[in-house]
Amino acid sequence: MSFKSTERYIVSDGLSQAVNAAVTLEKPLLLKGEPGTGKTRLAMELAETLEAPFLQWNIKSTTKAQQGLYEYDAVSRLRDSQLGSEKVHDISNYIKPGKLWQAFTADKRPVLLIDEIDKADIEFPNDLLQELDQMAFHVYETGEQVEAKQRPIVIITSNNEKTLPDAFLRRCFFHYIQFPDETTLSEIVHVHYPNLQPRLLDEALAVFFGVRSISGLKKKPSTSELLDWIRLLLTEDISPEQLAEYRERPSMLPLAGALLKHEQDIELIERASRAY
Amino acid sequence: MLTEFYFTLRKHGLKTSITEYLTLLEALERGVIWGSIDDFYQLSRVMLVKDERYFDRFDRAFAEYIDKVSEVDVAEQIPEDWLNNPLMRELSEQDKQKLNQLGGLDELMKAFKERLKEQQSRHQGGNKWIGTGGTSPFGAYGYHPNGIRIGQDGNRNRSAAKVWDKRQFRDLDEDAALEQRSYQLALRSLRQFARAGAQTELDLDETIRATSKKGGLLDLQWQAERHNAVNVLLLLDIGGSMDDHIYQVEQLFTALKGEFHNLERFYFHNCVYEGVWHDNARRRSSFVSTESLIKRFGEDYRLIIVGDATMGPYEIAFSGGSVEHWNEEPGKVWLERLLARFERAVWLNPQAQQHWKYYPSIHLIKEIMSNRMETLTLAGIQQAIEHLR
Repeated sequence: MSFKSTERYIVSDGLSQAVNAAVTLEKPLLLKGEPGTGKTRLAMELAETLEAPFLQWNIKSTTKAQQGLYEYDAVSRLRDSQLGSEKVHDISNYIKPGKLWQAFTADKRPVLLIDEIDKADIEFPNDLLQELDQMAFHVYETGEQVEAKQRPIVIITSNNEKTLPDAFLRRCFFHYIQFPDETTLSEIVHVHYPNLQPRLLDEALAVFFGVRSISGLKKKPSTSELLDWIRLLLTEDISPEQLAEYRERPSMLPLAGALLKHEQDIELIERASRAY
Repeated sequence: MLTEFYFTLRKHGLKTSITEYLTLLEALERGVIWGSIDDFYQLSRVMLVKDERYFDRFDRAFAEYIDKVSEVDVAEQIPEDWLNNPLMRELSEQDKQKLNQLGGLDELMKAFKERLKEQQSRHQGGNKWIGTGGTSPFGAYGYHPNGIRIGQDGNRNRSAAKVWDKRQFRDLDEDAALEQRSYQLALRSLRQFARAGAQTELDLDETIRATSKKGGLLDLQWQAERHNAVNVLLLLDIGGSMDDHIYQVEQLFTALKGEFHNLERFYFHNCVYEGVWHDNARRRSSFVSTESLIKRFGEDYRLIIVGDATMGPYEIAFSGGSVEHWNEEPGKVWLERLLARFERAVWLNPQAQQHWKYYPSIHLIKEIMSNRMETLTLAGIQQAIEHLR
């Protein structure tokens, strides 16, 4: 098995090797990196390449590890008992499998994405150690033991909001997605806009990297912002000459709102350009 | 040979465990990669390093290990004719004469091999050992006319060396002593759970009790979710000498935000006076009077003040002492008012404790805080929690 760049998604060699190692050795792969470097997209593209079912578990601050395994719907059962339903005698009617359970029992080896694991409580990753290690867990209500038919491919993403526990990290493979360099970035843009004028692309990238290099930005524009910006450049019919002129004599950055999301950042580059 | 790699990593301060190392061996055995140092670099990093801040250490350790390995390889494996032929071709007549001064090519090769065996580590400069940039006849980038060139351009390590020699993760390497996670774990001991807010969780015990009371007619009972009920009022000194401590304060703030849902944060400069502000970018417009803080927040709030307390003593003790504006009442009075309202309070100081004695202002503040001043370190925070309990 080997995971390479696809028509819609460009991966670096290091990343593709990390994915291949994680798939071969059946370990979860933890991905970190600046927002907008395609961490979540990777899992989707991987599922597509492998033609595997794709399961996404989005983590929020209130998410508990148990919810990934299963939930017991006591309220429905109580209601059914009032209505005298036959279902009530079998407790398993009220056990709702979570994403991990679904991944364990899928017919084909699935790709399970645990998205933004750092959003949850500080103990959350520790609560999943056993399940991810053994790929099995116990359902107390029914006494059932759920074991993985085949070990799912687990991709975990983190935005570094909280540091993750060592015990958890030891069980994962880790890859840090770096911000792409100019060549990779132009490949990425090319994948999304195959018919883009080469001159416009060059100018746009030059302006983009210029903006990224300004120090003190609250949020540096990332790949997804660049793609949005280029789409706007196309719809607004901005010519490469206009961008070149901006670089020569910086004034108002065309469509700055697509690249910069903070009011202060826009002010900052205006000030930077006035300083010329 | 890989065991040495493992120990090189540990020597450079990477906390790689044996299980992780075994996984790497397993990967090699199963042929995940084959015969490329570049690939080996990527793969071992994926498996052995779990935080991008340690990538730079890993790069250094890797370079050290690879250097060692390639030297061993050279000493044992350079076939003589492989070195001889191109060397003879490159030599001019003049060079060959000079070569004879050293006893001819055979002598040179012999000396070369001996020295390789003697030499244990990488070497730079000097005039005897094999290394780079020296005047010994052996090594790279040297000036000896009849030198042997090792490991310059075209060497098989070269393409790989690019990756870790760049050391692109240098900026991320921070001393792990002040981990946000350990802050957070320390703060956990201040948790006090209480059920408050909207009742969204089914209270099973209460439901069963209520249902049986009604003779089996279902009576659902709900309860609110458990939250950490501790309220925190955080006052942060900002600007001036605090600029050196921004990283630490940010770590603390992130840890606090993760732990306490009711966290109120305000800024001040040097000492608290009649006003603080909410948003540092708009400090003129988002002014909040200290009086209103005292009225607004209940006495159950824990007060945490973070500041280096490094200022002129008059900034604390006198009216009009502030460096930024005319203050009617001295900072001391305002601090005392805050402390009267919020009994559980602590001052966290990012300055190292051994420097405290040089600043009279630190003594003054410490006195006002009745000694409740701790350093902004893990140990200090644990102490601080004792004051806040």
